[in-house]
Amino acid sequence: MVRPPAAVEPLLRAEAVSLEYRSAERGGSTVRATHGVSFDVYRSDRFVLLGPSGCGKSSLLKAAAGFIAPSAGSIRIDGQPVQGPGPNRVVVFQEFDQLPPWKTVLANVMFPLLATRRLKRADAEERARHWIAKVGLGGFENAHPHTLSGGMKQRVAIARALAMQPEILLMDEPFAALDALTRRNMQEELGRLWEELRFTLLFVTHSIEEALVVGNRILLLSPHPGQVRAELNSHQFGLDSAGSAEFQAATRRIHSLLFDAPPTAAEAIAPSRDLAL
Amino acid sequence: MTLLLEPPIRQEYEYAVAAPGRLAVERPLPPAQRLWAQAWLRKTLILLALAGLWELAARWQGNDLLLPGFLQTARAFVDGIASGELLARVRTSLLVLLQGYLAGIVAAFALTALAASTRIGRDLLETLTAMFNPLPAIALLPLALLWFGLGRTSLVFVIVHAVLWPLALGAYTGFQGVPETLRMAGRNYGLRGLRLVLHILVPAALPAILSGLKIGWAFAWRTLIAAELVFGTTAGQGGLGWYIFQNRNELYTDKVFAGLAAVILIGLLVDNLVFRALERVTVRRWGMAR
Repeated sequence: MVRPPAAVEPLLRAEAVSLEYRSAERGGSTVRATHGVSFDVYRSDRFVLLGPSGCGKSSLLKAAAGFIAPSAGSIRIDGQPVQGPGPNRVVVFQEFDQLPPWKTVLANVMFPLLATRRLKRADAEERARHWIAKVGLGGFENAHPHTLSGGMKQRVAIARALAMQPEILLMDEPFAALDALTRRNMQEELGRLWEELRFTLLFVTHSIEEALVVGNRILLLSPHPGQVRAELNSHQFGLDSAGSAEFQAATRRIHSLLFDAPPTAAEAIAPSRDLAL
Repeated sequence: MTLLLEPPIRQEYEYAVAAPGRLAVERPLPPAQRLWAQAWLRKTLILLALAGLWELAARWQGNDLLLPGFLQTARAFVDGIASGELLARVRTSLLVLLQGYLAGIVAAFALTALAASTRIGRDLLETLTAMFNPLPAIALLPLALLWFGLGRTSLVFVIVHAVLWPLALGAYTGFQGVPETLRMAGRNYGLRGLRLVLHILVPAALPAILSGLKIGWAFAWRTLIAAELVFGTTAGQGGLGWYIFQNRNELYTDKVFAGLAAVILIGLLVDNLVFRALERVTVRRWGMAR
């Protein structure tokens, strides 16, 4: 069994986290989204939460971001319990409307730096320009979000998040609303950025292929309520390995872990539709 | 003949594509279409058509005590401007109007900011708007005169009442329509309370706030003119409503029309210069409205 060396403490530690939603139906009841989920994220991890819809993976990410408080268990970052949202954990959402439409690309990336009073205007602008160029949007600084394509909007969101230099970058299905070609492009670029910067990433997806390609460690969750089904390694896979035999085997293994039945021949040949890779 | 039609197998092709920039992607519209795309031109044509219809109707009717024509009204209007009387009346009305309007905006903002950040504020706003929005401001004027006397304060009071509720309702509806993702993005960077309202909610709700401002402006005008018509002058210095009322009594119908035209002109100017410009530099530029 492989263990991390004892001296290395996890950056984010979730211990027996249960999340509950208050439901307005029938005079108010609580719905359990996850039950007793534990996992550790180490520095520079690309940690993926994977599971079918209804497994509470997005809720877990929102809890790590501080938007939801766990009803039981705890989430700690560097030993400190998470209390409310904060700029050390920046979220990239799936929806394109995470960018205020009244700000240009430059103003959008500068906004958190100024809102948190971390940098002066001139420094913020310099850093924002740097990150906009990093995600390949140089020349679009003065464009408003509505003039950009979906992939470009997500790049702005990623630049905005990385400019904050957060302890941990939280991505909630960031590429799910993109077309298949753009998505592949963005996965590639995220990998390239990570190679260069080695940030810590917590990534939510419902696509097995994306999990294998993006992550180095995958937490599999079962639905209703979300419970840990398995924790797997995927550091050996990259975008190049998408067609290889090991990759296919890993896909099949995850599929059978999630659905408790080996996939039929038809599914093995043509992976489900949302895995458009 | 077989029923099973197989599509023919065809040759594969690969083409060389012209380099981008070689092909003209953008083409200017023909001049006539470009001219027709100008909103001011289309609107001017509408105004001219309306004026023509009016003049025709007046000529056909042939009684300038009942319906003076466009040209006669225009002459009375120009005379009023030249003599300075109309301008003085407009100034008096606008001063009172702006005071009430600004006070109403401040009150509406305070109320909606409270409603955006606390639950009790939300209940307060919902209850108050449900109570007072249907209440005509002019119906409060007798009370206002009793409380504040026959002066400007009474007028400002009823104008505030006319502006506050529709604007608060519009802004509040706008706040409620702000996407949850945008709120979360703001909270992610530690914004809360008034800063969240100013940095995220107000700009995001600006289309609704602008429409509230427009409705408020219209209500303020109506209320002011009606108040002056019903209760006349305040301290000898009447506004436009008083001008209309006075001239009707003396059967200067063309001057009545000139007074009405002044109200309409100010409405057109404010809508096209102030609100349109505000929309152009904000919601249109941001792609939040077409």
